Amino acid sequence: MSKAVMNQFSMISILTKREFMSFFATPIAYVFIAIFLIMSGIMTFNLGLLYERGQADLLPFFNFHPWLYLFLVPAFAMRSWSEERRSGSIELLMTLPITALQAMAAKFISAWLVLGLALAFTFPLWLTINFLGQPDNGVIFAAYIGSWLMAGAFLAIGICMSALSKSQVVAFILSISISFLFVLSGTEAVINSFKGVLPTMAIDVIASLSFIQHFDSIAKGVIALNDVGYFILVIISWLTAGLVIIEDKKAS
Amino acid sequence: MIEIKKLTKQFGDFVAVNDLSFTVKPGEVVGFLGPNGAGKSTTMKMLTGFLSASSGSILINGLNIENDALTIKQGLGYLPEGAPAYGDMTVLQFLSFIADIRGLSGRKKQTRLARVIKNVELASVLDKSIENLSKGFKRRVGLAQAIIHDPKVLILDEPTDGLDPNQKHHVRELIKNLAKDKIVIISTHILEEVTAVCNRALIINNGSKIFDGTPEQLQAKSPYHHAVTIELTQAVDNSTELASLINVSSVVEDKNKVTVLAASGQNIFTSVYDKVQELGWKFDAIYSEKGRLDDIFRELTTSSDTSNSADA
Repeated sequence: MSKAVMNQFSMISILTKREFMSFFATPIAYVFIAIFLIMSGIMTFNLGLLYERGQADLLPFFNFHPWLYLFLVPAFAMRSWSEERRSGSIELLMTLPITALQAMAAKFISAWLVLGLALAFTFPLWLTINFLGQPDNGVIFAAYIGSWLMAGAFLAIGICMSALSKSQVVAFILSISISFLFVLSGTEAVINSFKGVLPTMAIDVIASLSFIQHFDSIAKGVIALNDVGYFILVIISWLTAGLVIIEDKKAS
Repeated sequence: MIEIKKLTKQFGDFVAVNDLSFTVKPGEVVGFLGPNGAGKSTTMKMLTGFLSASSGSILINGLNIENDALTIKQGLGYLPEGAPAYGDMTVLQFLSFIADIRGLSGRKKQTRLARVIKNVELASVLDKSIENLSKGFKRRVGLAQAIIHDPKVLILDEPTDGLDPNQKHHVRELIKNLAKDKIVIISTHILEEVTAVCNRALIINNGSKIFDGTPEQLQAKSPYHHAVTIELTQAVDNSTELASLINVSSVVEDKNKVTVLAASGQNIFTSVYDKVQELGWKFDAIYSEKGRLDDIFRELTTSSDTSNSADA
């Protein structure tokens, strides 16, 4: 590897470490993880009726993830750039010998790791279901990967919106609205309401933008290139948009 | 070497920096002066690559900030206005993070850290969160961050703002000791700072350069340059006698204080002293003044205020 590429990675890893530590220096990471675990527990057992269904799978758990992320991830991501702007530390950051791309990558990776950590802490559920029956662990593993990818897509939207404003509240509302569109576009209600109004192809396009549709097909145990590629594309697109915003108006 | 040519920055209709050109050579400690909103911080933000210029160019050691920002930033230390830092980190974590970013590692990192912590006197707060520090300590953390990699170019936006007199003195000594072969640009509105640490003063107002010279030259612009003040034990009524001396432009009386202004920078101390002796005045003190910077600053920045107000 060339020296320049090595340097890129070492900068990103230094910045990522700082961002990651900052999540744990403040209560943010703990609160996020705790709320995520409590909410997903309630949803899985009380709404998803994991026991009552009598099936050895974790679908009741994963089905609620898009809705859980819809509220929790924007709240978790809203601070990333807004706080830098509000406190003025963005001026310090951007005058260090780093690029905006490295800073953006570090913000995403560190936050995505915390989301992954929250997801990993649900492992007792996985153990429980194995204790109760014989689930297809490959499917469950795929669903975990899918859920993490989807969380990353929500996160990228949140970080991009956070780049827009120094107000965390504005960032939160914007990202929740946009995320809602991405979740909603795959639901029956939306598809049905467009039926007859739009040509089938347009409806297919709208439906194919849905987080839920892509997540569901991964959660069924098929880690297909197009679903994984979709989430990666969403992540890269929103982060790129955020990068453009930061470089364009970092001082305002 | 920093070369700034025809630098202009506009925010919409507002011209923050207007056709500014100057050159700074190694060894120079430039005091960057101006009233609030004169364009000091904006210029510094462009020098450090945080803002891009509307027009004009900035060359630092031959490299253009537009094309080689990363290389330039490596050799640059910058204390932004208000000394922003990551409040949730401790002082040691923060400095260690900056050292990592600056490419310091192993023994070198440890020695640089130890040195900078000693120089800026941060040992007592190393494990405290930055957000819990007093304003003075925060400013010193910002300063430590800027000098940790021993940069060739140091840009400090109001480094002594919020410090008590002892800390101010300490920071000035620190800057003086650093500055042997470096370029240091300090923005301030404390005029005494310029005579204390700088060997060049640059005053801007409404984004344009209105003075560029040594602090002594700046003092020489003051009508009080070489003026002699006599603090009398009791008031006298014949102070006009002094006005007739050679090279004296006028005499100002303020209660028991008589100030004799010199014409065109002439040294009049001896002749005034002799005359006072001759008149037989009783006095507590007699001294020569270097120039009142506050007055000259006000005169320079308010006179160009009126001339430039049309396009502001």
